[in-house]
Amino acid sequence: MYQHTRLSNNSFGFFQKFRNFDYILLACILLLGFISLATMYSTDGGNILFHTKSHFVKLVVFTIMMLIFSFINIKFWFSIGYLSYLIVIALLIWTYFFGIKSSGSQRWMDLYFINLQPSELMKICIILCLAKYFHRMKLENVNSIYTILTSLIIIILPMGLVIVQPDLGTSLLIAISGVAVIWFAGINHKYFIYTIMGFLISLPFIISFLKPYQKLRVLTFLNPDRDPLGAGYQIIQSKIAVGSGGIFGKGFLKGTQSYLEFLPEKHTDFIFTLFSEEFGFVGSATLLIIYAVIIYRIISIGISSRSYFAKIFCYSFGAAMFVYITINMSMVLGLLPIVGSPLPIMSYGGSSMLATMIGFGVVMSAKVHSQQAIA
Amino acid sequence: MINSSTDSVKKLNLINRRMFITGSLKFLVMVGLVSRLFFLQVKENKKYLTLSDKNRIREWKLAPVRGEITDYFGNTIAGNFEAYQLHIIPEQVEDFRYVIYRVKDLLEMSDKEFRKVLKKKNEIKPWETLIVSDNLSWKKFSKINNHLYDLNGVKPVISISRNYPFKENFTHVVGYVSQANENDIENSEIIKKNFVPGLKVGKVGLEKSFEDKLLGTNDIERYEVNAYGRRINQLEFQKGEKGKSLKLTIDSEVQKLTNELLKEKAGSICVMDIYTGAVIAMHSSPSFDPNLFVFGIGQDDWQLIRNNPMKPLVNKTLQGTYSPGSTIKPIVALSALENGIINNNFAVNCRGHKNPLELYGQTYHCWKKEGHGFMNLRNAMKQSCDTYFYEVARKLGVDRLSETAKKFGLGKEVFGDLFNIEKKGLIPNTMWKKNALGQSWLLGETIITGIGQGYIQTTPIQLCLMTAQIGNGGYKIYPKIIADDENSVSQIDKFTPLYKDSRNIKIVQDAMFASTNEVRGTSYRSRIDDPKYQFAGKTGTAQVKKITEKDRELDLKTFEIPYEERDHALYVAYGPYKNPRYALSILVEHGGNGSTTAAPMAKKLFKKIIDRDLLRQSMNKKKYLEI
Repeated sequence: MYQHTRLSNNSFGFFQKFRNFDYILLACILLLGFISLATMYSTDGGNILFHTKSHFVKLVVFTIMMLIFSFINIKFWFSIGYLSYLIVIALLIWTYFFGIKSSGSQRWMDLYFINLQPSELMKICIILCLAKYFHRMKLENVNSIYTILTSLIIIILPMGLVIVQPDLGTSLLIAISGVAVIWFAGINHKYFIYTIMGFLISLPFIISFLKPYQKLRVLTFLNPDRDPLGAGYQIIQSKIAVGSGGIFGKGFLKGTQSYLEFLPEKHTDFIFTLFSEEFGFVGSATLLIIYAVIIYRIISIGISSRSYFAKIFCYSFGAAMFVYITINMSMVLGLLPIVGSPLPIMSYGGSSMLATMIGFGVVMSAKVHSQQAIA
Repeated sequence: MINSSTDSVKKLNLINRRMFITGSLKFLVMVGLVSRLFFLQVKENKKYLTLSDKNRIREWKLAPVRGEITDYFGNTIAGNFEAYQLHIIPEQVEDFRYVIYRVKDLLEMSDKEFRKVLKKKNEIKPWETLIVSDNLSWKKFSKINNHLYDLNGVKPVISISRNYPFKENFTHVVGYVSQANENDIENSEIIKKNFVPGLKVGKVGLEKSFEDKLLGTNDIERYEVNAYGRRINQLEFQKGEKGKSLKLTIDSEVQKLTNELLKEKAGSICVMDIYTGAVIAMHSSPSFDPNLFVFGIGQDDWQLIRNNPMKPLVNKTLQGTYSPGSTIKPIVALSALENGIINNNFAVNCRGHKNPLELYGQTYHCWKKEGHGFMNLRNAMKQSCDTYFYEVARKLGVDRLSETAKKFGLGKEVFGDLFNIEKKGLIPNTMWKKNALGQSWLLGETIITGIGQGYIQTTPIQLCLMTAQIGNGGYKIYPKIIADDENSVSQIDKFTPLYKDSRNIKIVQDAMFASTNEVRGTSYRSRIDDPKYQFAGKTGTAQVKKITEKDRELDLKTFEIPYEERDHALYVAYGPYKNPRYALSILVEHGGNGSTTAAPMAKKLFKKIIDRDLLRQSMNKKKYLEI
């Protein structure tokens, strides 16, 4: 058996790869895609309008792209680790100078057929880059000052570029993706504890550096009722929508909060609210379970992967996914202040979906090539 | 190789350990999220469902339809009419400027009105209704309708509004409605409950007194609205209840006549059924058109009413307190008879202005210069001899007089708290003076009280009640103005005798008959000989200022005296004498003389009242038959 796989390793047939697919993961992704389409259809008021159509096209294109990516050898993904990071850094710099301005921030670059948000891509590229960086590192070197400094620079550089856009939410998510890799790479847990303690101590100072609108968000989070029609409006309405859903929800296309336009940003960050209103506790829990299964599959792919790179990528990507989902849901359920963070796949937005699908593609490739060692 | 392999094993161990830690953390967080969902969606579901409904459902109240007020025969005194209004919903208009200028031309609006409309438009949301005009004439309304083809978004609307078809005839009885202000809302629970912008509520009169009954309840429309307050669809329409209607005891024909009689004069007439206490007519002149107030009175009209020297805003019947003058004499006589001070044959010699009654240096004149000579009760009443009543009053004393007067309804509100504006008047006695003025009563004051001058003050409605109770043989009645008032408690002392000896009432009645129907009676010229209409009455002339010696010498005719100094003319009467049914009181402010100004009105009135009596009684019978 071992011999066989070793032998066939170098000559992977197309069908062999096909057989190695993780069908549970694929099924979950497709199911999620279908749910997201239905929800998008509901945000359009039960009509197939711009958002539904656009979301559908993106979903189809990016799913096919993911499937193609999964046939590409995991070695390839390893090899482009640094390159992709540098490219996205370049894109971020480009965006900083020539990006499209919209509603007070400069996050998008115009690629004629699609407006790309490089900061979203950075979420995945930073994992590729750091995973490659730690792949060959000896354990005793991991905790050296040099390594720590390098990895910190790798994280802080894109963070800074995203913060100046300004987009605090995404930059935090990039940082978390990066930190996940460092964590799995084995940097001494004391550093994490110290950092967290340092962060908590300096929290008041950080708050004083926040922009007025960001301060307002924090204050609003602490007490949404201080300005129910202004800053607190989003979170109050969001909680009303979720809470009024009940056990079984108001029914598909019957969410009054979204139909009557009480819900803000219902296509993007607050899409879970609409879903939750229409499908209730049962629906929301089901959605959470689907996400949980996806993350579980990603981790088990990591466990079964032979190469360290694939392992660290899968674990980190799984952790990052989990954090995205948790932050988004906590935000709409009133557990965290409002930061711009989309719900993977569900939220409308091409760049976010592209990044997620690339991640799935690499994970799938790791599964297909799970016996592939990287020297 | 071995080194590196042990290193990679270590690395794998580490990463798997950390994976395990992370996995457990993830599981905990996931449980946290699910419990948060459970808390919001299952445990707190009711709270958020209510909030969601509050968000999406909004109620619109419509003004309730007010109950009508009719007279005894069912003629509408205060009704509802269809007001033609013009509404615009700015959002539905493509070119608002064009449309609004077009409407301005069609309605011939003044610049001031137009600016008002534009201001109103800026205050409302574009999908809310802009009321351009709330009461259009039919002519303008049809003009708008003819031009509707190029007035997109303009809506001619028929809405229900208050209307008083008798115009000024009933103003002081019924009152009027007008837009509710903060005070109205503050002071009435029912108005607060049913309030909608533009709601009209009673401001004075019965419209105010019976607000709770007349108002009715709102129609309620429930709409689903979106986050911006736009109506999406109607969920429910709850029909409100129309206000209850009110039937008055008043006969609008008689009421109209009272208006004609007092035209251009200031004064009051009231007519009452002497058995039931039903008010047949009640008018205070001058009056004004209550319709002016319904849509808010214009500044010019308001100034005209306010500055009228005859004071149209004062309800003289209920609010005006006057010296009763000689109309008090029947009570003085009755009181003296009842208390055994005098009898039918008691006589006094009236010797004219040259020999007035003198008391402590004060002189008390009779109105007749030459004097009446020897007068007994009947003659003194007939010719209204002041000297006789000075003497009677002196012997009677003010306390006994005031007791009788109060018994007959003077000195307190006739309608109880039905009209909050009603005045008590004043029936003085020694105690009162001590308490109110801190002085003791003077005998001279008793003497002038005997002819209805001095401190004594009565309202016309009190005089009417007094006359009615003499006319019905001295029995207590309770005046009423609402015909089928289920709420009124049955009065226990209704029809209890007010006299000690019914013969005394007869004597006074006979004297009043003489005053009107016998030669030299003060109102002899206003008599009706036909027994069907024949009435008995008493004139009165209330001095507005003290008559000086100089005045007495000049002896001017009424029209030669300045208006404000002329005497008030009064007349009280009941009839028909043979079989009495109605009593009335007439007061003409500064009308000069009771016998020349007030009494002739009674003649016309009694003709009308008795003619209408048959119809009225048949209405009564019909009512009983229906039961």
